Amino acid sequence: MPANDFKLRARVRGLTDHLVTALAILATLLVVAPLIAIFAYLLIKGARSLNWAFFTQIPKPVGETGGGMANAIVGSAILLAIASIIGVPIGIGAGIYLAEFGRKTKLANAIRFTADVLNGVPSIVMGLAAYALIVSRQKHFSALSGGVALAIMMIPTVSRTTEEMLLMVPHAVREAALGLGLPNWRSVLSITLKTASPGVITGCMLAFARVAGETAPLIFTALGNQFWSTNLDQPIAALPLQIYVYALSPYDDWHRLAWAGSLVLIVLIVLAVSLVRFVTSRGVLKGAS
Amino acid sequence: MPGSLSKVSVHVPEIRISQQPPIGEPEAASVQAPANEVSEVRKYLLSRGNSALTDRGFQWLMTLCALSIFFIVILIGWQLVVRSQLTWHAFGLKFFYQIPIDPYTNLPNFWDPVNEEFSAVPFIYGTLVSSFLALIISVPLAIGLAIFLTEMCPRKLRGPLSFLSELLAAIPSVIYGLWAMFVLVPIMREHVNPLLSELFGWTGVFANDNPTGLGYVSSSVILAIMILPIISSLTREVMTAVPHSQREAVLALGATRWEMIRTGVLRNARIGIVGAIILGLGRALGETMAVAMVIGNSTEMHRSLLSNGSSMAAVIANGYAEAVGDMHLSALTEIGLALFVVTIIVNALARLLMWAVTRGTPSQVH
Repeated sequence: MPANDFKLRARVRGLTDHLVTALAILATLLVVAPLIAIFAYLLIKGARSLNWAFFTQIPKPVGETGGGMANAIVGSAILLAIASIIGVPIGIGAGIYLAEFGRKTKLANAIRFTADVLNGVPSIVMGLAAYALIVSRQKHFSALSGGVALAIMMIPTVSRTTEEMLLMVPHAVREAALGLGLPNWRSVLSITLKTASPGVITGCMLAFARVAGETAPLIFTALGNQFWSTNLDQPIAALPLQIYVYALSPYDDWHRLAWAGSLVLIVLIVLAVSLVRFVTSRGVLKGAS
Repeated sequence: MPGSLSKVSVHVPEIRISQQPPIGEPEAASVQAPANEVSEVRKYLLSRGNSALTDRGFQWLMTLCALSIFFIVILIGWQLVVRSQLTWHAFGLKFFYQIPIDPYTNLPNFWDPVNEEFSAVPFIYGTLVSSFLALIISVPLAIGLAIFLTEMCPRKLRGPLSFLSELLAAIPSVIYGLWAMFVLVPIMREHVNPLLSELFGWTGVFANDNPTGLGYVSSSVILAIMILPIISSLTREVMTAVPHSQREAVLALGATRWEMIRTGVLRNARIGIVGAIILGLGRALGETMAVAMVIGNSTEMHRSLLSNGSSMAAVIANGYAEAVGDMHLSALTEIGLALFVVTIIVNALARLLMWAVTRGTPSQVH
């Protein structure tokens, strides 16, 4: 009896093991399936409606077919430029503090923690803040306010990746710089940061890719625009915003444009993310050590 | 100052360096060494004066950049508080739990910008329902994926699969929303919702009275797809932080692979996994675009999970740009403030739990 019992238990254990393996594989398939479905739809629907006019024309009025999103592409570029000009230097500065000056102090830990928490604050709240700070003072929507909202979102990501990359720079490099009599600031900027620059740049691109697709903070800051506008003080079109508006519209032609816009957006983002992955997986900093 | 470097290199050979170059802690060397015994080089540099000053200025500037992160959080909170004063004075805390009743029809009247009657109840309900449903769907899948990737997967598959799940995290939410509107919602409408109401209709929460296919369930399915990569990548990080000796010890006792995973890995990583789930919850609570496009945007509150509703983030996204009157704006801002406070608490909790587990291993940015 005990021997029989033991055999049965061994069998149950073996079966459970197989069952769990099967479940884990099933879970993986269930996760991969929607991803493939999303990409397939984007490619099929987007490629079908993508044409040269998409990149060169501005939206046509309702009822006329054709038109493109040239203004939204330019608008997105302007918004991202504003966000990068504000967000990247502050983020890199914060990263330098965390890696070079703060290290293990309590203040640095508190800042790391706050940055992580800020990273989790919903993007729509950033939009509310930018609205309160800029739009409601100026009494009109503007590209600048949208850029500021996106900049706030970039700072935590940029600072944390910068810190991580700077920490990977070997001590010997800093010592060598200091040993040559460089002042500390010079050693940080032109030696440590330069050694880590591929990693820092990829971190910035990661943040860039993340905010490139953000719609929520732009709805009531940049607002969107059906016409050409490069004025920072006026409402401006943005690619994700245009996709949102067109997706909710009742016109098939606009749905078509929304799919095409999504394809363009996703290609840009996937390129950025792949590049990041390519660079980080090759061990950027190996040459330095 | 490109000149300073060449000047120094000209001068250095003439001066004998009085002490061994410090090994180990370079910051300590640059900051503390001059305090007790200043080398000739150091003395020379300090005597020029500019490096001491610029060094301090530089450090100060970088600290300022870092402090700006604090400043931003405080600024956001303060602005939201100021802008929601009007609603706060009119409704107080009741804004978050009171169900206003229309005196004429005797029906709940949650959101009436014309008569300035506002209540956050249906939106809080929508956010909670869709987020928790999303968690119920995604947590088992995410943990299954993490187990497969860390413990079972052949090495060749690991790279592409983790890349795929990373890509899932990189897709903007508006694209998820677009896909959900045109692909997921028709599927839900034609197949899933009738099935759900047939199977669970007797409970009353799956009454199929909504012909659109939008609603809480649809939005929680798309939310589940969106938060899956976050939960699974964090779970993987925590699971890889469990030392190999734990696995080996359990295997050596004769455990099967599942028993090893359960007792050796999951049990050690459980706090971190809870942290990962809470972080996923934080994302789900604040997710805006995909939910706004799929949830149906009704300001009423329904018992059926298949009916239209709205969430906190969605109502802000849909109403803010066209809000009429200061009270309407203020009410929406107060919902935003609630969202801000709740996500900060949720994220802080999750980070603390994650840090408790992965403290020893290098951190990663997500």
